[in-house]
Amino acid sequence: MTDMLTREELLRRAGFGAAMLSIPGLAAACGGGGGGGSASSGTQKLADTLRFSNWPLYIDVNEKTKTHPTLDAFTKKTGVKVDYVEDINSNSEYFGKIQGPLSRGQSIHKDLIVLTDNERFLALMIDRGWVEELDKDAIPNISNLVDVQKHPGFDPDRKYSLPWQSGMTGIAYNPKVTKPILSIDQLFEDKSLKGQMTALNGFGDTLGLVMLANGDDPSKITDASFKSAIDRVKEASDSGQIRQFTGNDYAGPLSKGDLKACIAWSGDIVQLLPDNPDLKWVIPKDGGIIWTDNMIIPKGGDVFTASTYMNYAYTPAVAAKIAAYIQYVTPVKGTKEVLAKTDPALAGNELIFPTDATLEKVHLIDPEALNNQSYAEQWAAVLGA
Amino acid sequence: MGFFHRHRGLTPYLLLLPGLAWLAVFFLVPLGFLAYQSLQSGTFDVGYAFDWAWGNYWDALQRYHPWLVRSLVYAAIATLLALVISYPLAYWIAFRGGRWKNVLLVMIIAPFFVTYLIRTLAWQTILADQGPVVSLLRDVGILGANGRVLATSTAVVAGITYNFLPFMALPLYVALEAIDHRLIEAAEDLYASKLQAFLRVTLPLSMPGVVAGTLLTFIPATGDFINAQLLGTPKQAMIGNVIQSKFFNLLDYPGAAALSFTLMAAVLILIAIYARAIGTEKLTG
Repeated sequence: MTDMLTREELLRRAGFGAAMLSIPGLAAACGGGGGGGSASSGTQKLADTLRFSNWPLYIDVNEKTKTHPTLDAFTKKTGVKVDYVEDINSNSEYFGKIQGPLSRGQSIHKDLIVLTDNERFLALMIDRGWVEELDKDAIPNISNLVDVQKHPGFDPDRKYSLPWQSGMTGIAYNPKVTKPILSIDQLFEDKSLKGQMTALNGFGDTLGLVMLANGDDPSKITDASFKSAIDRVKEASDSGQIRQFTGNDYAGPLSKGDLKACIAWSGDIVQLLPDNPDLKWVIPKDGGIIWTDNMIIPKGGDVFTASTYMNYAYTPAVAAKIAAYIQYVTPVKGTKEVLAKTDPALAGNELIFPTDATLEKVHLIDPEALNNQSYAEQWAAVLGA
Repeated sequence: MGFFHRHRGLTPYLLLLPGLAWLAVFFLVPLGFLAYQSLQSGTFDVGYAFDWAWGNYWDALQRYHPWLVRSLVYAAIATLLALVISYPLAYWIAFRGGRWKNVLLVMIIAPFFVTYLIRTLAWQTILADQGPVVSLLRDVGILGANGRVLATSTAVVAGITYNFLPFMALPLYVALEAIDHRLIEAAEDLYASKLQAFLRVTLPLSMPGVVAGTLLTFIPATGDFINAQLLGTPKQAMIGNVIQSKFFNLLDYPGAAALSFTLMAAVLILIAIYARAIGTEKLTG
């Protein structure tokens, strides 16, 4: 009998367990859940934890302890722990992941995420109202924002976003296997590069550079300038001049010499240089593209805590530590002066601190065009899918 | 005397309950949602609404059939190659592996300890233009002096074959390992040659493994997009690439859902034909 009872009890427990498992599952699938334990307005109280999602290799790392010194210093200063996750690998995929809950009015349990302005998704987040307004009273250091970044098209008064880092799109080449490649015309037409050069699969990156080479303005895209640029890319792809369209996976083949040249991001090449001192990155003769990764607070995030962190990141001393490690273009004024004392070589690096002459040669991409569905479909067709 | 004692007949169903609940929540509900989404129309900006938009399916078939066909062809070639490579491998491990069997099996599974993406990126290195494989192919004249393997159909099919090989090799091994050796001895005692014994005893008895292996390889290979993306060019794009691009870049959720269902239907039809031709009892042994 006892045996029977035990089995019976076991089954009942198992049934109960299954119900326990599936009910929260269903509840999560069907909605519910509001803010992630955070107050969105008014309360000037720091949360226990800042939930921060960023791109890989995009903040300082202490190689020995594998910690992030600037984040640890933030915790020490404010008492806020940072749950720092490097889970953004692609704007489109990250957006695909978060758009479901956000469109149903649910929190994604993040206080700070970083998206790029050369794809449609950052502007979409702002237009849809899926972001919280910054608490500018908590960000006095916003005065350190460089002038060129003060009034971007997608957020003219910087109400919702602040730059994290910027980078430039240009041409990289491997001088061991090719002569210098200094213009898009050369990259697209020089037969010695046939099948040994790649373009980026981001519409803003590749089409932007081609538009500049065509003498068109990528910050004001028209149907005509779009068409002549996309036709030119399609032709180069059909003829086999362009080998592939890549994300940042061009780095390996370029340093090995499989690729002679490619359209590439400045920061990637700076990071490859220690192992491949010969690699060259240039702004094409007709101009390059500049893009910026922006911090935003997704709906339901803790505004005060996130804003407090932004203020901290906009301290030149902190920005200098981050820039020295990741070597992208910092948007924080005064960083160069701090670095000039600690690391003059870095402060002199044009790819981290572009001169005014360089900045004049790089252009922003038209945010309207990025969100044009027909353009997006035509571009997908060129990419083969 | 409890409830279960009085309703003994119910017990098996109650035991099934957790499994069924799992299937319902994580398979049927999402599938139903996908079906619902595939019949919506609209745009991301104005929002999508359900209105029996069968046009999405027409569009999927009419505009994207070249991608669908290409995916099925690549997957079929890769499955066949995996079978041809795995069968001798599994045969040898099962019949001649001896005390090394477990080590050899671990070696087949070993690549699975590395993530899929990294394994595929490794093929970029293996097949690199300046690498040893391509130099050898150039030297023996299979490739021209400037020929390459990367960014061609060959690279994509090779990548798929490699990535799914264990799915073929393991079921084959299990089927071959279970064969009673006395049956083969009996065949030879009855004057069958080695070849005849293989063809009439070993091969038929290993068919459940062949069927299971082909299904486990072919089905996921059809929907694969990583290999085409990393080892191919736009000309090698597969249906998985189109679905991915529609979902993530174009935000065309109904289009992506309709394509997913079309792919599912195409695979199901092919499998039904295959099962009918070869007999389902082969799968269950």
